[in-house]
Amino acid sequence: MMRVLLAALALVLAGPVHAQDKLPPAPYAYRQLDDPAQEARAKALMDTLRCLQCQGQAISDSDAPIAGDMRNQVRLRIAQGEDPEAIRAWLIERYGSYVSYKPKVDALTWPLFAAPLAFLTLAVIVLRKRFAKGRVA
Amino acid sequence: MSQVDTKGRRWTLWLPLGLFVGFVVLVLFGLFRPAERTVESAMIGKPLPAFDLKAAVPDRPALKSSDFSGGNPRLLNIFASWCLPCAAEAPQLEALRRAGVEIHGVAIRDTPGDLAVFFAKYGNPYSRIGADNVSAIQFAIGSSGVPESFVIDARGVIRYQHIGDIRADQVPLILAKLKEAER
Amino acid sequence: MIANFGLAALWLAAALATLQLVAGGLSLRRETPALAGLVRPVAIAQGLLAAVAFAALIVLFWQTDLSVKLVATNSHSAKPLLYKIAGAWGNHEGSMLLWVTIMGLAGGFVALVERRLPEPTMLATLAAQAFVSIGFYAFLLMASNPFERLDPPVAEGQGLNPLLQDPGLAFHPPTLYIGYVGLSIAFSFAVGALITREVSPAFARAMRPWVLGAWIFLTLGITAGSYWAYYELGWGGWWFWDPVENASLMPWLAATALLHSVSVLASRNALRAWTVMLGVVAFSMSMVGTFLVRSGILTSVHAFAVDPTRGSFILALLAIYIGGALLLFALRAATVTEGQRFAVTSREGALVFNNVMLSATLGIVLIGTLYPLLAEAMGSKVSVGPPYFNPMGAVFVLPMLAVMAVGPLLRWRRDAMARIGKRLIVPGVLALTAFGVMVALGTGLLPALGLTLAAGLLVATLLPLAGRRLRTVTLPLWGMVLAHFGVAVSLFGMAADSAFTQERLVAARVGEIASVGPWQVRLQSIMPVAGPNWTALEGTLAASYGDDGTPAILRTQSRSFWAPVQQTNESALHTRWNGQLYAVLGEEAEGGRWQLRLWWKPFVTLIWLGGLLIGLGGLLALLGRVASDLRRLVAIDKIAYRRERQGR
Repeated sequence: MMRVLLAALALVLAGPVHAQDKLPPAPYAYRQLDDPAQEARAKALMDTLRCLQCQGQAISDSDAPIAGDMRNQVRLRIAQGEDPEAIRAWLIERYGSYVSYKPKVDALTWPLFAAPLAFLTLAVIVLRKRFAKGRVA
Repeated sequence: MSQVDTKGRRWTLWLPLGLFVGFVVLVLFGLFRPAERTVESAMIGKPLPAFDLKAAVPDRPALKSSDFSGGNPRLLNIFASWCLPCAAEAPQLEALRRAGVEIHGVAIRDTPGDLAVFFAKYGNPYSRIGADNVSAIQFAIGSSGVPESFVIDARGVIRYQHIGDIRADQVPLILAKLKEAER
Repeated sequence: MIANFGLAALWLAAALATLQLVAGGLSLRRETPALAGLVRPVAIAQGLLAAVAFAALIVLFWQTDLSVKLVATNSHSAKPLLYKIAGAWGNHEGSMLLWVTIMGLAGGFVALVERRLPEPTMLATLAAQAFVSIGFYAFLLMASNPFERLDPPVAEGQGLNPLLQDPGLAFHPPTLYIGYVGLSIAFSFAVGALITREVSPAFARAMRPWVLGAWIFLTLGITAGSYWAYYELGWGGWWFWDPVENASLMPWLAATALLHSVSVLASRNALRAWTVMLGVVAFSMSMVGTFLVRSGILTSVHAFAVDPTRGSFILALLAIYIGGALLLFALRAATVTEGQRFAVTSREGALVFNNVMLSATLGIVLIGTLYPLLAEAMGSKVSVGPPYFNPMGAVFVLPMLAVMAVGPLLRWRRDAMARIGKRLIVPGVLALTAFGVMVALGTGLLPALGLTLAAGLLVATLLPLAGRRLRTVTLPLWGMVLAHFGVAVSLFGMAADSAFTQERLVAARVGEIASVGPWQVRLQSIMPVAGPNWTALEGTLAASYGDDGTPAILRTQSRSFWAPVQQTNESALHTRWNGQLYAVLGEEAEGGRWQLRLWWKPFVTLIWLGGLLIGLGGLLALLGRVASDLRRLVAIDKIAYRRERQGR
């Protein structure tokens, strides 16, 4: 529900700015690539790129014109045979890690990936003594 | 069952409280940080990516990346006739032009007809205007909306990004950034 | 008039909550029957008064009383009645009033019916409940008064966001809120038990129905929310790992863990401190989630406006309540012994595994949700989305679900896998077959593992019923089996949707046919239609499945609302037993074409059907527990009656 609300607010706020954009969407904003394998690669990438104006949504979930233009950009590059991760890297080079929903492991984000290990270690420490060894009390 | 059990790991009882204190500190930061709501370009200090755009209107020449090399630093202004803040920004761009700044424009998702009406109403401060109908230049230089302005130095390096419309009191700032880019 | 009345009721309720806290607290220190006798009736009256205040707000919205600021900013006289009423809780102030109302009513209900706990623990519990309530009353009365007046009244209201004008969404927030706030009872029980150091199976049995009740509402609320996001947002997604969704998932994960640990405590008198901890954590997650959403600090852009005053007020409440409870826990838990031990291979062992995995999943969701904020504090911006949550969550959830297949078959204390091994042959074979099929089809790893597990679980979760006479199976056992089966069904839907969904984006002229999966979809017409507060272009589609005879008719709209002005896309769905066809009409394209977005989503509906089954399972268990509690109460009364007669 809240998500819908946010999306709605995003639309409201973005609304006036785009009110008069009369141009049709970019060629590949609402059109799939003919090669299903390429389209699948593009779709997987688009699901993990953040829309720059609606910002709470992936570009594959957004009606904002700039999201459409970015889908167009992604599909064209995939069609030219570019690697999805290369496209992601190209965008991160321009917008920072913010544009990608897939955090890379680096000095800043390693705790995200260490956390699962930490949780498990902690669980073992806490629970080790809960279990009876060999006999049941 | 005995007290011995719990003694060895008493610190774990304090762990939840410790984590919660960390949470509160983090949230306090979040609550009082300046409301930073924009996505900054990561291209500052890097060369302007190569592009070659068609002319957006008949009475101004087309724009390509090499138009920024040589001479003085220039302003690259990303705008659109359908964007309200762009209209609000027009007097400031005019002031910059009168101050001797060369301004190149990129019109996003626009038509020559709409642009003609826009310029008739708000003036045309641009020496060149390229048409970008698929936001390609925006992606290339890390811009996420209209209007945005970039200071490009004579070697074609992006030196400064201004997000949103330039307000009247920000004109001196832009001029200072242009001056700084001469070095 | 009504606004003044509502405000007076609210103040009175706040005063009674204070009295409840003072009376409860004092009678804990010293034996004072007069004060102690006051606590229960006051708790009931406080709940009723809060409900009266909330009813007053509903009446104000019903009448569109534009002299009330909240009504003027959130309603409109031309709105359908249902949305006028739903507008009462579709905003910050109203939803906080709903929060204290549920909290007061739940506390009053506990005071009315709960007789099992030792009286001191009961008084401590009600005092704790009042203590938490007071904070929220203060927040309402000082920083977000729902009854604030406008002088002079405005001529017309500003309207409710069109995306929220949907029958489902009208009832979604109250459902979730009952779940969130219902957990406050578990929180108060935990605090009460920490104060009096009474953590026993009786405590667990008293707490269990409340946890179950709250959990049922949370389950249904999340299920419904996911479905509405699915059909309202118009892109076919049903879960986005958005901070706001995570805020509802975190209390659910904690409550699910609590539900399982509380049954260990009730049956085996083990996991005492851990259960108390979870009781504190579950409601803390409700408050943290609500705070993160309300304060707007996480949803980064275009979300609720950041309001440092309100934000700091709620943060102060969180610090007092959560911090206080955790401090109490740290000081007292060492004196609460963990209780009975057990072997790794035992019912308790499996439940502990469940608890560890659920807590770890909760940790993943929490850290993933907060990390963008943490990164910003270190001067950098990151986004954490599905590529993080999906695999990291799966690392914990999939093993947990595998254990769910065997856990209910194990005996308490200690057991041997050899004993139950034979019964797992059928589900094992099914799972392996599913895995083989998925590998042959070449789907992604996560969907493949998900379908594998789901296939095995669809049978394994029913095994606890095998070999029993179904008439003698108790309601709680039915409930558990049904809920676990629901998890399997839901998992099947999720995995099938992500593995087999087909998407088709086309620009079609009227009369043209597009195909998606096994469907042929013909755009029949585009016609303007009008609703109460919108106009729309309606696309009519005729969809035929394979060579089936009569095509299904789908109507999808591109709606324009005028109060406030906004555009929405209304998706059209056609459901078959094996999946759903999802269609959305987009913008007009060049050459008289229209953008159409079509999806064929095999078995997607199982996701929410599974959610409903989980909730229904919870309901059966709750009914069973309440029934047996009632029987026990009656039996105890009888014994007491007999003793009394014998004594005379």
